[in-house]
Amino acid sequence: MVDVGVWLRDRISRRSVLTGSLAAVGGTAIAARSALGQSASHTDHDMAAAATDPAPHHMNAHGAMVTVGEVDNAANGFDPILMLTDWERGTVSVLPDGRTLRTFEMTAVDKTIEIAPGVTFPAWTYNGRVPGPALRAKEGERIRIIFRNNGSHPHSMHFHGIHAARMDGIPGAGLVDPGGEFVYEFEAKPFGCHLYHCHALPLKRHIHKGMYGAFVIDPDPDRRPDHAEIARSRLLDTPENAGWQELVMVMNGFDTNFDEENEFYAANTIAHAYAKTPIRIVRGKPVRIYLVNVLEFDLINSFHLHGNFFDYFDQGTTLTPTLKTVDLIIQCQAQRGILEFTFAEHEPGLYMFHAHQSEFTELGWMGMFDVVEALA
Amino acid sequence: MNKVVTIGSPARSRNHWLWIGLPLAALAIAVAWIIAVNPLQGLSNGAPAVEKLTFERVVLDTSGLHLLVRAGGAEPMTIAQVQVDGAYWQFTQDPPGTIARASTAWINLPFPWVLGETHTVNLVTNSGITFEHLIEVAVPTPTATAGQLKLQGLVGIIVGVLPVAIGLMFYPALRGVGQSGMNFLLALTIGLLAFLLVDTIEESFDLVVTAAAVFQGPVMVVLAGLASFLVLMAIGRRRGTPTGLALATYIALGIGLHNLGEGLAIGAAFVAGSASLGTFLVLGFALHNITEGIGIAAPILKERPPLWTFAGLTLLAGGPAVLGMWLGSLAYAPQWSALALAIGAGAILQVIVEVGAYLMRRNQKGLDTFFTPPVMGGLAAGVAFMYATAAFIKV
Repeated sequence: MVDVGVWLRDRISRRSVLTGSLAAVGGTAIAARSALGQSASHTDHDMAAAATDPAPHHMNAHGAMVTVGEVDNAANGFDPILMLTDWERGTVSVLPDGRTLRTFEMTAVDKTIEIAPGVTFPAWTYNGRVPGPALRAKEGERIRIIFRNNGSHPHSMHFHGIHAARMDGIPGAGLVDPGGEFVYEFEAKPFGCHLYHCHALPLKRHIHKGMYGAFVIDPDPDRRPDHAEIARSRLLDTPENAGWQELVMVMNGFDTNFDEENEFYAANTIAHAYAKTPIRIVRGKPVRIYLVNVLEFDLINSFHLHGNFFDYFDQGTTLTPTLKTVDLIIQCQAQRGILEFTFAEHEPGLYMFHAHQSEFTELGWMGMFDVVEALA
Repeated sequence: MNKVVTIGSPARSRNHWLWIGLPLAALAIAVAWIIAVNPLQGLSNGAPAVEKLTFERVVLDTSGLHLLVRAGGAEPMTIAQVQVDGAYWQFTQDPPGTIARASTAWINLPFPWVLGETHTVNLVTNSGITFEHLIEVAVPTPTATAGQLKLQGLVGIIVGVLPVAIGLMFYPALRGVGQSGMNFLLALTIGLLAFLLVDTIEESFDLVVTAAAVFQGPVMVVLAGLASFLVLMAIGRRRGTPTGLALATYIALGIGLHNLGEGLAIGAAFVAGSASLGTFLVLGFALHNITEGIGIAAPILKERPPLWTFAGLTLLAGGPAVLGMWLGSLAYAPQWSALALAIGAGAILQVIVEVGAYLMRRNQKGLDTFFTPPVMGGLAAGVAFMYATAAFIKV
């Protein structure tokens, strides 16, 4: 009698080995083909069509492992590419004692935003965007923030900076009920790369719903005679600063199903935004990134740059690097810092950057620098 | 009374139509009013619509993963993104766009899956809700090739037809048994059928919870089982209670329907990669099913049916296993397998009732028949044998 079991097992394993190896070599073939396949299926697949039209070649860098479609930036009211260089500088006036008064107007509003193609999130926002406006001031200026709460829950603005207890933005010190208003006032110090976030309770919910933003204080060169040149390069509007390409990135995530685990990760909210639209970098111009981590639920976040190394200024409160020549830094929640690097001696091309937690990378926190000779 | 309105009278007929049309018209008006005026909008509390998604089939091939999903939410659903093992992947949907309630769509992913390993697919809807499906062991999905069908047919024959045939081969040896022996064999049949009944119902309920809510799983199983029981009882008793060959045929039919369900389950497990279908498992099924043949033989021991009826009974009881293997591996959906099993459960119940009735009639003792030593022994032996051999196939 034929031993059916053995025969059966043989057949299964032979088939499997064959298909298995096909699947293995198929990996790259699948990836390469999918980019073409997506554009080919343009007419008959709505969803796929939006994915890549026509599939740009940088998409191949991540194969088929990317979100499908495009986010409607106009409907969101903010564009992740424009956000990189969009500094909110408030309005400036001079106080009787001659000091500069910088006034920001901030409003908390509930807003449903599209955080990844086709996926909406019921966010709580500052001025209708996530992250909130990237506030920028100069060391020593008087800061006044007129904060109105048009949201459905109590909110506040808690600044990482030096200020009085009653300006802290915690319950009992600047927490604003819906419909209310509060004016926070303090001196801009210390210089560095900071952040603000809502400190209403429960804290986790208020942060992950979108209430945070970067808060950058430029050093005053007059107060830093030892490093006046470096300080001037960090001070917005100086010719020295104009020689830099400055970007602000707030690393965040979204728990769309509210299970206290993020479904999407990104820098500046939109998953894979800078993978699909790489950030243009002029080769000869040094790059400075103001990087803030506000990721909720996960313990840490990180930033890794491909093919290059950078100097790192933890919290940006020094004018000499706290870490020299690294290609990876980690940040816990609310940690932030400044990255400085240059592609001057690199050949033009696409240089990837991402969190080096593969999980975050594969769930959206991945982007590309498109290093070019000159901006067209 | 029949002087006033005769059944065929036109007046009566017009009245009939009026009284059917009027309530229907009222319903139509009510529906139109509710849709047009929307008086229920006050009920809306701002909560997002309930979303529900069920995975019905998963196909793995050299082009990647393909998942058939059925939407079951209150509103049409949109799948915005797809994760595999915690990474977003490009996908295409066929047909594209929103998935209407209770309808299905294929999600196709160019994913380089790894043979023999586990993968998790997570669908993210436009509201950010996620629906996860675990591919326990990734193996290529069998396709309907001649070789594949032959192979599965062979497995079906081994687990379905072969044991029934072997059981029936005891027929000559059993012919000589006396009254007690006969009671024992009939009770043995009831015992094994009771085991199958419990097993079938359990499996049916297990399966149906994974089906889309729109099929109302447990209700469907109970109603299908009852319906099949009542229909088979009615058919069986058209000319009095079935005995002899007729009873044997009903036993074969009940067992056949059970084997169909069993084949569906094996075929589906085979596709899902959760069963490696080793020699041990296949032989376990065969051993488990041998008593089925003895059960079929019991009512015809005192008759002399022609030889071809044995072939017919074997095919009726065992053949559906082959059919089940094919259907289960090629067109698997939990609700249809559960339905087949529920119908099988009804059929098995019918046979239990009829064999029990036959047993009581033979002994002229009514219900007391069941408390005689041969019958109690047979019942216990049947259940025990099935339970013990089932240990081979529960992995």
